[in-house]
Amino acid sequence: MSWEFQSDRPIYAQLMEQIKRRIITGIYPPGEKMPSVRELAAEASVNPNTMQRAFAQLEQEGLLYTQRTSGRFVTEDQQRILEMKTEMADELAKRFLEDMEQLGYNCRQAVEVLERFEKESEKL
Amino acid sequence: MSAILECRGLVKQYGYRRALNGVNLTIERGKIIGLLGPNGSGKSTLIKLANGLITPTAGEILINGKAPGEESKKIVSYLPDKNYLNEWMTVEQLIKFFYDFYEDFDSHVAMDMLSKLGIGLKERLKNLSKGTKEKVQLILVMSRKAQLYLLDEPIGGVDPAARDYILHTIISNYNENASVIISTHLISDVESILDEVVFISQGQIVLTSSVDEIREQHDKSVDALFREVFKC
Repeated sequence: MSWEFQSDRPIYAQLMEQIKRRIITGIYPPGEKMPSVRELAAEASVNPNTMQRAFAQLEQEGLLYTQRTSGRFVTEDQQRILEMKTEMADELAKRFLEDMEQLGYNCRQAVEVLERFEKESEKL
Repeated sequence: MSAILECRGLVKQYGYRRALNGVNLTIERGKIIGLLGPNGSGKSTLIKLANGLITPTAGEILINGKAPGEESKKIVSYLPDKNYLNEWMTVEQLIKFFYDFYEDFDSHVAMDMLSKLGIGLKERLKNLSKGTKEKVQLILVMSRKAQLYLLDEPIGGVDPAARDYILHTIISNYNENASVIISTHLISDVESILDEVVFISQGQIVLTSSVDEIREQHDKSVDALFREVFKC
């Protein structure tokens, strides 16, 4: 998974989103120690202070926690990770529906499109 | 601790032309700042003043609370916008030269970066390509443990892959008490590594903001905002 940034949104918010994805996909498994701010900033080619901000926010959301001496870890709370996954899925669904609305599809019609895809994938 | 760089009512006049016209600016420690402006807006003048190469016509500029001079040169590492190194010297001789000149120069850091980029120590500067020369200069400048790095157009002549490496070098080499000022017009390349941007136009500061503030307020990148503000 490489780090990519879009130009119209704050970088720290995009970092948060990409770190969340990495938590969900298990690149950063629950309870695992996170790389340091500096390491991860260098890897993503972003300013360390921006990475720090993303980390702080993720801590506030309960996805990361700091242990005073040994660094920063991914939460062990599976429930919280599941919640976050749901939040992200909701966000994606909302964006999809907004895009569909621009094309003139209401919610029901958008769902019909999805159902058509479902049927097609069943045939395969 | 005082700000690493401070300008108060800074003016620089060249003949009839005002290169800087009343600049007020404070740069805190531990930041990477983009000094952005169109050609001829006063970027290099500001950097040269900070480095003590030229003196203000009016107002003042302070490095670590003092006017630029012998003291400030010890803590400021400057990359000029053109080559100033002796062309006949080999890379190895240049390292020795920097080591002799600057107490805070770390030869190991320099050699390590040079070898990562596959630049031979025995090469003479004059035989290197334009891009490789720029890399050598930047490596020398970033291998000092300075408190303020002034980089005037550091990535202008290098290819995108080397550009990434150079930006990577900048973020991983500066320490938390040091600040880096990068003047450039290749904004989209440097945007993600900056804390703050300073827009300069016709010798005046027209905007200072953090990158994410700009993105939050304008829903666009710094690059896009720059194009809008300085539309010709």
